[in-house]
Amino acid sequence: MQQDKTSYDVIITGGGPAGLSAGIYTARARLSTLLIERLAIGGQIATAEQVDNYPGFPDGIGGFELGQLMHQQATKYGLQTVTADVNSIRPADKQIEVNTTGGDYTARAVIIAGGSKRQKLGVPGEEEFTGRGVSYCATCDAAFFREQPVAVVGGGDAAITEAIHLTKFASRVTVIHRRRELRATRILQEIAFAQPNMGFCWDNTVEAIEGEGFVERLRLNNVRTGEKSTLAVAGVFISIGFQPDTGFLKGTVPMDPGGLIITNERMETGIPGIYAAGDIRQNSARQAITAAGDGATAAIYAQKYLTEQA
Amino acid sequence: MSKPVSVDDTSFDQVVLKAERPVVVDLWAPWCQPCKMVAPILDELADEYNGQINFVKVDIDQNPKTAARYGIMSIPTLLIFKNGQPVSQLVGLRPKRELKQNMDAALK
Repeated sequence: MQQDKTSYDVIITGGGPAGLSAGIYTARARLSTLLIERLAIGGQIATAEQVDNYPGFPDGIGGFELGQLMHQQATKYGLQTVTADVNSIRPADKQIEVNTTGGDYTARAVIIAGGSKRQKLGVPGEEEFTGRGVSYCATCDAAFFREQPVAVVGGGDAAITEAIHLTKFASRVTVIHRRRELRATRILQEIAFAQPNMGFCWDNTVEAIEGEGFVERLRLNNVRTGEKSTLAVAGVFISIGFQPDTGFLKGTVPMDPGGLIITNERMETGIPGIYAAGDIRQNSARQAITAAGDGATAAIYAQKYLTEQA
Repeated sequence: MSKPVSVDDTSFDQVVLKAERPVVVDLWAPWCQPCKMVAPILDELADEYNGQINFVKVDIDQNPKTAARYGIMSIPTLLIFKNGQPVSQLVGLRPKRELKQNMDAALK
């Protein structure tokens, strides 16, 4: 073990493709670099069963394995990693102070690559029944719902991929979507519409999740007609997108109303020495490969900035 | 190094319920990606709480009875047992800090 230190050239917050790529670049530039991860190395992509669009893996690669490989590569060049929640990032007199649940650190440059977290529905019953029929991961939990009716909330790629997976287990899969058409890519829609045990509940939102101990039914509201209805299900899989986790950065870096960090094409936030990369920034394409690209870009411009400062 | 040991439906009572120390049970399955992310965190915790808390894992694909017995419908789930009773249930990928809080509570 190297001696615990608290002062680094670069601190990276977030251990997904953006943060890990940035770490590969800064570590290879021989900048002392600390990566702070809240949960587990890999980020969102690590929860993907298979990644088929990351260049260099013609047969696809598991998301977890991809994250581990990136981490190995960065660690090989000297990246250090700690697990902690970041409480604040504050510029102070040529240094940036990073306060975490694992202690206080300082760096000359910070790359914010904290990604986004799953959006919750925010309806009664959601918290109460998490692990009791409410799920956010169909590949994890589909097997618990064999021959039972389930619902999927959402209409994007992730939601429809989950719904298609569930048709192999559940007796019936009802997709509840607040619009009249899906946002998911065409090839997924074609597969979805061809499933005999998949149905669609258009123009509806979930108002409450109810049951005795376990999920038994959803209360739905038709957003066009105002008509209320009830759907009997044993499980509900929520896949309505992601939101950035940037509340603690308000007042530190510029953000859009959705909480996404605003950067220029160099990943600069406008605050000297502070960069943002990946899903956490505005206009991100939200792909592992674009996050990796953002991370590399941020690292290169951070390196230039540090050279000019020295 | 202390690593979580695998238990199955038949050894569960002996290893978990009759243990003298608190036991953290990691319920997982081979198809569950977030479960893979939990594993290295538990390896670290098993080291940090070595001698105080036992760590085991149950592959719920091979051992459906244990999952059914505790009403598990989502993985990863961590159950913390004390004196044969589940005292904490943590569903999904959780920060290490939160896991430690629950483990510390079980030690009191």
